[in-house]
Amino acid sequence: MKRHLLESADLDRADATLVLDTAAQIDQALAGREVKKLPTLRGRTVVNLFYEDSTRTRISFELAAKRLSADVINFSAKGSSVSKGESLKDTALTLEAMGSDAIVVRHSASGAPHRLANWVRGSVVNAGDGTHEHPTQALLDAYTIRQRLGRLEGVRVVLVGDVLHSRVARSNVWLLHTLGAEVTVVAPPTLLPVGIGSWPVDVSYDLDAVLPKADVVMMLRVQAERMNASYFPSAREYSRRYGLDGRRMATLSDDAIVMHPGPMNRGMEIAADVADSVRSTIVEQVGNGVSVRMAVLYLLLGGSPA
Amino acid sequence: MTTYLITGAKPYGGDAADILLKDGRIAAVGESLSATGAEVIDAGGLIALPGLVDLHTHLREPGREDAETVETGSRAAALGGFTAVHAMANTDPVADTAGVVEQVWRLGEQAGLVDVVPVGAVTVGLKGERLAELGAMADSAARVRVFSDDGHCVADPALMRRALEYVKALDGVVAQHAEEPRLTAGAQMHEGDRSARLGLTGWPAAAEEAIIARDVLLAGHVGARLHICHVSTAGSVELLRWAKARGVQVTAEVTPHHLLLTDACAESYDPVFKVNPPLRTDEDIAALRQGLADGTIDAVATDHAPHAVEDKESEWAQARPGMLGLEQALSVVVETMVETGLLDWQGVADRMSVRPAAIGRLDGHGRPLAPGEPANLLLLDASTRAPVDPAALASRSRNSPYAGRELPGRVVATFLRGTPTVLDGKATR
Repeated sequence: MKRHLLESADLDRADATLVLDTAAQIDQALAGREVKKLPTLRGRTVVNLFYEDSTRTRISFELAAKRLSADVINFSAKGSSVSKGESLKDTALTLEAMGSDAIVVRHSASGAPHRLANWVRGSVVNAGDGTHEHPTQALLDAYTIRQRLGRLEGVRVVLVGDVLHSRVARSNVWLLHTLGAEVTVVAPPTLLPVGIGSWPVDVSYDLDAVLPKADVVMMLRVQAERMNASYFPSAREYSRRYGLDGRRMATLSDDAIVMHPGPMNRGMEIAADVADSVRSTIVEQVGNGVSVRMAVLYLLLGGSPA
Repeated sequence: MTTYLITGAKPYGGDAADILLKDGRIAAVGESLSATGAEVIDAGGLIALPGLVDLHTHLREPGREDAETVETGSRAAALGGFTAVHAMANTDPVADTAGVVEQVWRLGEQAGLVDVVPVGAVTVGLKGERLAELGAMADSAARVRVFSDDGHCVADPALMRRALEYVKALDGVVAQHAEEPRLTAGAQMHEGDRSARLGLTGWPAAAEEAIIARDVLLAGHVGARLHICHVSTAGSVELLRWAKARGVQVTAEVTPHHLLLTDACAESYDPVFKVNPPLRTDEDIAALRQGLADGTIDAVATDHAPHAVEDKESEWAQARPGMLGLEQALSVVVETMVETGLLDWQGVADRMSVRPAAIGRLDGHGRPLAPGEPANLLLLDASTRAPVDPAALASRSRNSPYAGRELPGRVVATFLRGTPTVLDGKATR
C-alpha cells in the first residue's frame, strides 16, 4: 500500500484486492465477538477533517478507527478556526503538530486531499473530494458486490445517474475497471462529462436497454437543484427516464443486485419498493463501509510504529 | 549620458556587428566601430534584438502591492528583455479613469526600468455595464490606446459593439478577454478528458471561440480594430485566420505558457498551473505555435499575473488564476518557436517587439536595430540552459509554472533609450 489513499485511480489490482481481503479478515475476526474491537492502532491518532457535512461517512470512519483502538478527533470546519479564515495548509499543519497519524479528509474542492498530502508527513485518506473521488465508497461497493455475487471479474455493473458531478461514480469506474468488472454508465447526456470517451466504460442513454444484462445496478443520488440549471427538465421526467422503479426492477436477471451509496432520494432515482427489496444491498453497504475503512486505516497505519 | 559600444553582437542572430548607442539612439551599426570615451560591452556570441514589448502584464499596483508593484514588475520585465509593458486595468481601484492610468504611468516613469503603458478599462469598474471615460484616458498623460476589461469578458454584445466603434476616434483598440461567462461558470480547467477525470469543472474551448467569432464579425461590421487576448485554442486560431482573410482588423496574442504547457499540469492539483484561459491540449499547442509562426497570431504577450503565496497555496478551486511570465517569456519562445524551427530571430523580433508595439501604437518601440532608431534593445545568450528558480525572480511573487524546468536563453543586457536597465544579467536599479 502507498502512504495515502487519495483516489481509486491509483490503486492497482493487488492493493485493491488486499483491502478487500483485509476487510473480509476483519469481518471474520470480529464475527460473533462481544467486544467488537481490535488493539491494532492503539496509541495512534486519526483526525476526521470534514469540510462538508457528511454524518454517515464521518461516523463510519470514526467507528472504523475506534474499532481499531485508535484515538479519534473529529474536526468539523463549521464553528472552528476554519470559519475564521484559516487555510487548509495551516489547519493540516496544526493537526499534525498535535500528533495526528492520519487525516481523513472530506472537502468540497476536488484535489484537496492531494494538496494535503504535500503538506503533512502522516497518511491522508480521501473521504470524498468535490466531484473527483470517494475511494472508500468504491472499495465498500466492490466489497459488497464480491460478497453478494462471489466475484468481481466479468461482473456487469450499470452505473446510473449524475456521473458528471459524482465522486462516487468516478471512484467506482476506476476501481471496478481495475478489478475486472465491465461498467456501463447510464445518464442523460447533460450529466455525463464531455471527456467520458476516454473512460473504460460503455455509455448509454437508455436505462431499459441495459438493465436485462446487468449483474449490478448502482443508482447515484441526483440532486433536485440540478434541475434548476437545466441538466434535465423536471424531477418527474428524470425519474421516468432514469429512475429505478418496480417495473424496471422486474426486467433484471434473478441474481442482479441494486446498490445506492446513500443518502437516497426515494421516488426520484429509486422507488421505495426497490430500495426495500431483497435485491437491495443498501443497508449492507453501510455495514461493509466500516469494515473496509478499518482495512484501509489498518493497511496505511498498521505496518509501522508511530 | 554614457555612450555604449556593444561589440560582436549578432543583430537578429545574423552576422556579428558592433552597435554604438549614443544619446538614447543607435548611432551606428557596423564592423569594427570605435568611439572615444564609450563604455565597451563585449557581446561576442550574443544575439541582439529590439527591446521586447508586452501587451499584457498585471503589475497589481494600485491595490495588491503585496503581490507586485510597478517597480518590481518593471524590474522583472527588464530582466526578461522588455522595454515596454502594457499594465492591465484590473487593479484596485480599477484603471477606468484618467487619474488611475496617470498614477500607474507615473509610477512607471519613477521606476525607470521599462516604459509602463497603462491599459484602460473598457467599462466602469470592469463591470461590463457602461463605458468608462475612454477619451479622457486616451487624452491623459498616459496616452492610453489599448482598452481592456481583461479578467472579464465584455460579454454584452451591444456594449462591445459600442466600445469597438467608440475607440475608432481614439486610434484605440479593444483587447477582448474572450470568455463567454455563462459557459464558464465555476470553470477550473480545460474541459476534456482530464477535467472529466479530475472532477474539475470544465472551461470549454467553445466559450472562447464563440466570443471571438462574435467579435470579429462586430469589428468587421463597424470597421474597428479588435485585439484578442491570450488565444488558447486551435479553433480560435482557425477563426482568426478566417477573419484576417476577410480583411477584419483583428490582431491576437498568445502567452508563453499556452505555447508550452498542457492541461496535464492540472493532474498535480497544484494551483500554480491554474490560469485563465486554462492550459489546453497538445493539439491546441501545435495550432497556436503554427498560428504564431504564420502570423495569424501577431504577438506573444505574457499575461504575467503575480499572486501572493496565500492566493496559490490552497485548494485548486479556491486559488486565483494566473502565473508569472515576464522573466521567462523569451526563453519559452526560444524553446517552443526557435529551437523547433518555427521562427527565426527576425520572427521573434516581429512577434515580441514590432507587432505588439504597432498594436499598442508605441512609436518609440518595435523599431529596427538601425542607425537613428531609439536604442531599445536586448542582448541574449541563446546558448545556455538553466533550471528556473522562482526564489531568484525579481517579481515580488513566486507563482512561476516553470519552477525547476530547464529553459534555454538568458537575457544578458537590456537597454532603454540607450541606458542599461540590465547588465550582466542583473538589473541596474
